[in-house]
Amino acid sequence: MALLQVDDLSVTFARRGQRTVHAVDGVSFSVDAGEVVGLVGESGCGKSVTSLAIMGLLPKQPGLRVGGKAVFDGTDLLQLDDRSRRDIRGRDVAMIFQDPLSSLNPVIPIGLQVTEVLTRHRGMRGEAAKKEAADLLDRVGIPDPRRRLKEYPHQLSGGMRQRALIAMSVACQPRLLIADEPTTALDVTIQAQILELLKDLVRDSGTALVMITHDLGVVAGMCDTINVLYGGRVVETARRRPLFREPRHPYTVGLLGSVPCLDAGPGERLKPIPGSVRDLLAWPDGCAFAPRCARRIDECVGEPPELVLAHDGRSYRCLNPAPVPGTVPPWATGGRAATDPATDAPTAGAAAPAAADDATAGPVPAPREKEKP
Amino acid sequence: MFRFIVRRLLQLIPTLIGLSLLLFIWLRRLPGGPETAILGERGTPEMRAAIRRNFGLDEPILIQYGRFVRRLIKLDLGTSTSTKRPVVTEFIERFPGTVELTVMAMVIAIGIGIPLGYLAARRRGRMLDHLSVGGSLIGICIPVFFLAYVLKAIFSENLGWFPSSGRQDPTLGATRITNFFVFDGLMTREWDAAADALWHLVLPGLALASIPLAIIVRITRASVLEVLNEDFVRTAEAKGLTENTVRRRHVLRNAMLPVVTSIGLLTGSLLSGAVLTETVFAFSGIGAFVAEAIGQRDYPVLMGFILIIAVVYVLVNLLVDLSYSVIDPRVRVR
Repeated sequence: MALLQVDDLSVTFARRGQRTVHAVDGVSFSVDAGEVVGLVGESGCGKSVTSLAIMGLLPKQPGLRVGGKAVFDGTDLLQLDDRSRRDIRGRDVAMIFQDPLSSLNPVIPIGLQVTEVLTRHRGMRGEAAKKEAADLLDRVGIPDPRRRLKEYPHQLSGGMRQRALIAMSVACQPRLLIADEPTTALDVTIQAQILELLKDLVRDSGTALVMITHDLGVVAGMCDTINVLYGGRVVETARRRPLFREPRHPYTVGLLGSVPCLDAGPGERLKPIPGSVRDLLAWPDGCAFAPRCARRIDECVGEPPELVLAHDGRSYRCLNPAPVPGTVPPWATGGRAATDPATDAPTAGAAAPAAADDATAGPVPAPREKEKP
Repeated sequence: MFRFIVRRLLQLIPTLIGLSLLLFIWLRRLPGGPETAILGERGTPEMRAAIRRNFGLDEPILIQYGRFVRRLIKLDLGTSTSTKRPVVTEFIERFPGTVELTVMAMVIAIGIGIPLGYLAARRRGRMLDHLSVGGSLIGICIPVFFLAYVLKAIFSENLGWFPSSGRQDPTLGATRITNFFVFDGLMTREWDAAADALWHLVLPGLALASIPLAIIVRITRASVLEVLNEDFVRTAEAKGLTENTVRRRHVLRNAMLPVVTSIGLLTGSLLSGAVLTETVFAFSGIGAFVAEAIGQRDYPVLMGFILIIAVVYVLVNLLVDLSYSVIDPRVRVR
């Protein structure tokens, strides 16, 4: 059984006199123990709202409605009362946020911000808590942790702050960690370090990780399973390699085509998805991506597309999916055919899986840089 | 920290020099000059000249200024032209009353204002929120002297719960040390005297507290609302901390920063502006005394008052800065 099973999660914001916003519109995915799952999509596709809804951290406001289920280890997190939810948060399910500076309390020393979790969930106090906090900072790679405990967030660098936030989130060895774009606010070199750190932490502790990102490089370097979100719904779910090798949903194809890569020849252009995420069709009226889709057919509008279950556990929500290898139409091989994994795989052929695997990692800037001492 | 305090106290010196210059120019430029203030309209030119010579007003301006500053340094503020007593003596007798009244008012305003503002923010859009926001508007609008009269009429004259005037019951024969009556009572262990002085402070304190209370409620509410939306509050929630911890440690502490600033400014304005309340309650503080001095053109008193208020403002702001640096490490002084 999955550690976290999200079923038909929906979040709507209703405002009097305004159109009701379906921020999340029936998202379903599951996370197994120890697995790294990616939620990928453009800004505004409902990634963050999904995670906040699971954590019960959506700002309380009139008109907010959360539906569906998020079953964690047998309990539906959405049905819990405030108290039990607070017991689970930080202990069993923890979260890392996007902007480490604003996510840390500016007027409280780092030490207290770490020890307060230990006090709350593990009953540690005084010197014991301090020692554990120092160990935690040490484990996330913060040098001279004893001194750092007394410092304030503004005295730390951006990378250090994110490390401190990570230390707080793993303080109670949670079984599930949700990372909401943990590297967005950081320099590229620091991003790589933070991702390495997260990878090491979840590998060593067996913590499951939900990685929320718009960055396919992050996904390629970390995730076992990837859910692509569009317009508040999952449009494609697949293991990492199949997804990069043969994306089926046109939106996934478009995402992969918009990734710049260093080994592209001069003069080669990116293939951005036309339109913006605002050009959205409401799901009940058909496929939300239809207005921007290159493979749109008449049937796309009218009925919402069902989730199609394909072999090897992947699924997509499309009536006219990108073809599987071997049956690639001419449009897909044009342009960046030599480097785009979406189209490269067919030419490389299924007989050479190793080459295809290289290609999957090729176009995305895999986080490999190391910090210079 | 210590060096910061010393530095800020040293900053008082240029402030005071500038102020002394302003005051000096002001005194020189008075219509008719001091001799008119003393003699009125009736003085003959000879009498005026005699007074000018007496006060050294016929000497070069720089020498006059030097003498003026020397007297200030010796805390010699001159003699009140209306009571014929040294200004310093008058102030030592009266200023403590105003300070006590201000402290009382601020204690009321802070003690009610911060919790009320906080609750209003937490219950935004509900009954308590509307009541406190509306109430604070009324608090700002009602003239203080009117509120003072209403309080006096209800709680003192009708119900008889509180004394209607004065600072202390004179029949108690309390010992005077510092002229801070409550403090004196505690020091000399004359508990009844301290309690009586405190009792006398309640109604004028309430009247005086109305405006700062309203302002503090509003600033606290706005500030809490802003902090509640901050990312770090969400982080604190994500850690599973109890609601109490989130409130105290993460919301209130950050929300206090603008409130502290306004408390400093409000305290300064109360010290200099308690005139009406003191008049209604026949409270012998400095406000009523200065109001009279204005009417009497008692320039030595006015000058001393302006100097004292300037010093008080600088000190209060020093306190604000210090508490700021306690609350917010980002502005911590080195």
